[in-house]
Amino acid sequence: MTMQPRQGRRALLIGATSDISRRLAHLLAADGIGLILAARDCARLAPDKADLELRYRVGVELLEIDLLDPAGTRAALLALDPVPEIAVSLVGEMGNQASQQDDPALAARAIAANFTGPALALETLAGRALDANVPAVLVGVSSVAGDRGRARNYYYGAAKAGFTAFLSGLRQRLAATPITVITVKPGFVATRMTQGMDLPAPLLDSAETCARLIKRAIDHKRLIAYPWKWRLLMLAVRAMPEGVFRKLKF
Amino acid sequence: MSMARETLPRLSGWGRYPVIRAPLFHPETEYMAAELVKEGRSLIARGNARSYGDCAAAPGGALSLLKFNHLIAFDTETGILTAQAGVLLNDVLSAFVPRGFFVPVVPGTRFVTLGGMIAADVHGKNHMKAGSFGAHVVWLDLLCADGKVRRCSPAEHGELFAATIGGMGLTGLILHCAIRLNRVETAYVRQRRVVTADLNALIDAFEDSHEASYRVAWLDCLSRGEGLGRALLDLSEHAEPDDLPQSIRMCPFRTPARRTLSMPIDLPVSAVNGLTVRTFNELYFAIGARKAQTSLLPYQSAFFPLDEILNWNRIYGRGGFAQYQCVLPLAGARSGLHALLRAISRAGMGSFLSVLKRFGEGRGGLSFPREGYTLAIDFAWSDRASRLLDELDAITIEHGGHVYLAKDARAPRAAFERMQKGLGDFRALRAETGSAERFQSFQSKRLGL
Repeated sequence: MTMQPRQGRRALLIGATSDISRRLAHLLAADGIGLILAARDCARLAPDKADLELRYRVGVELLEIDLLDPAGTRAALLALDPVPEIAVSLVGEMGNQASQQDDPALAARAIAANFTGPALALETLAGRALDANVPAVLVGVSSVAGDRGRARNYYYGAAKAGFTAFLSGLRQRLAATPITVITVKPGFVATRMTQGMDLPAPLLDSAETCARLIKRAIDHKRLIAYPWKWRLLMLAVRAMPEGVFRKLKF
Repeated sequence: MSMARETLPRLSGWGRYPVIRAPLFHPETEYMAAELVKEGRSLIARGNARSYGDCAAAPGGALSLLKFNHLIAFDTETGILTAQAGVLLNDVLSAFVPRGFFVPVVPGTRFVTLGGMIAADVHGKNHMKAGSFGAHVVWLDLLCADGKVRRCSPAEHGELFAATIGGMGLTGLILHCAIRLNRVETAYVRQRRVVTADLNALIDAFEDSHEASYRVAWLDCLSRGEGLGRALLDLSEHAEPDDLPQSIRMCPFRTPARRTLSMPIDLPVSAVNGLTVRTFNELYFAIGARKAQTSLLPYQSAFFPLDEILNWNRIYGRGGFAQYQCVLPLAGARSGLHALLRAISRAGMGSFLSVLKRFGEGRGGLSFPREGYTLAIDFAWSDRASRLLDELDAITIEHGGHVYLAKDARAPRAAFERMQKGLGDFRALRAETGSAERFQSFQSKRLGL
């Protein structure tokens, strides 16, 4: 069957093999938005491309990028033509906290995969949107783990905290431009990342719920997307005096 | 991979009876699925769990196909769609109705997977005209007991193909399939409603309406005496553009946005009892009989009315429910249906609506449909209901009928063996291909499939 990709908006999803990205791709394509699916191993996305094109009759491109290689990523993003109107970074890697404590290379990787890599990619895209005067929407998926460091995953948490601060700064810098910067802070999401973890069911959202949260934020240009139960919970967690927080085990 | 029993998920079907703790695997790739099969445990495929009983759970583990949900190709000329088996019927309809294609056979819910539709060889309200779903499967890729994938079609591995259609996942794991879609001119259905006073009148009305494509009757299983089996018979066709009012004729494939209700909680006890059912049925028939003779409905409301209340199965409470669906061959249908309805009415049990459909010629094997009438009734699960179902089994056997495996959660093996034809051949094929050891469900063990 011949595809006739509609001319129109396109969204770049970075970290497109993630469970949340896969759901988000459907929600965007259902609105007629074309897709660029970017991932380290984008051959894995060939079936997704065929599926999305068939279901929604939108154009889908695959882009191989590795955020751990900032120069290569920058080159690939500069080569995108035209600049996508929507870009979402869904990249994240929890890693193993204990190994990160012992191995500086793994600790550095956690920072690169969760903070510097995604931040530099969005910086490049912001620059391009600014140059082309495109009213782009840039979305960074951070995490509630960045709201306060915990013993269980503080390299991951610290990197996400850095990413959250980066997004806040970028948003302020671009306030007077047509570019919107959105911070998404999901709580626990049932994905491959959290598979096998013992997480409280009432706080565990599905990838679909999380994708809908991101989609709504894009549609309404909501600057911070945060599930309400997590907003409340983290308000309490952040308000806790350090002396008390230090002794908690969670 | 071993799991402690208490950490195993609680699995059940749509009837929420029985609930069984058993392993559930979520392979990401077909390679991972093949590895699980080669590991030597006995597995069963699990789709969207819309079958009612214990056929999609297994002591060795159920293998969820929900991640195998990609469309692969579509040929506009032939209408042939290739897809992974975990794709939902709803996804196919959402994607292709706007392009003027419809799935030739659809069951009562659109939240079933294509693989499940093949495994249960589902039927629609148009069985007489379109046959069962299997009639529209061009080929399927089956991951067999030896870990190899075989493409099966009427021409290639024909015997395996035939046994897989209606084979309840017991011949292997269906990975992909190619199905033929039909052209339609609108997304709407033109429906004519006929009111019949009793069961005899209903059967006469069925026999007088063979020209209609889709036929289904909703009957009151609690009415007694003269009104035994009073019913509303709906006769429908895919609407043509001329049937549509001017306002929607311009966009004949666009249906109004769906508003779905959801049953948010399990009721502590079933809300379905003699009083509520009697009241509901009285109202339904009073309103239904007064309603316009013909109506125009979006396909969703016409074919999937119950999908508009998500999780409606929860009204039966924590105890769950069982659906009894049997088919009675044409010759004994009239007396058999009377006997079934009398037994149900006498017991004062039964659901809001019972459904009666007319089947045409069947495919044989384990595939459920055969020429005759099929009755489906829900019962809140209880010991009393269980005894009634045994009684219904006896009536079904007496009239040469059998029950639908996709609905069954409780049939005793002895009764099942007396009703099911083609059992010997199916068992022989299972033994020969090695699938008897590799693919087993709680249902297959209970019934000795």
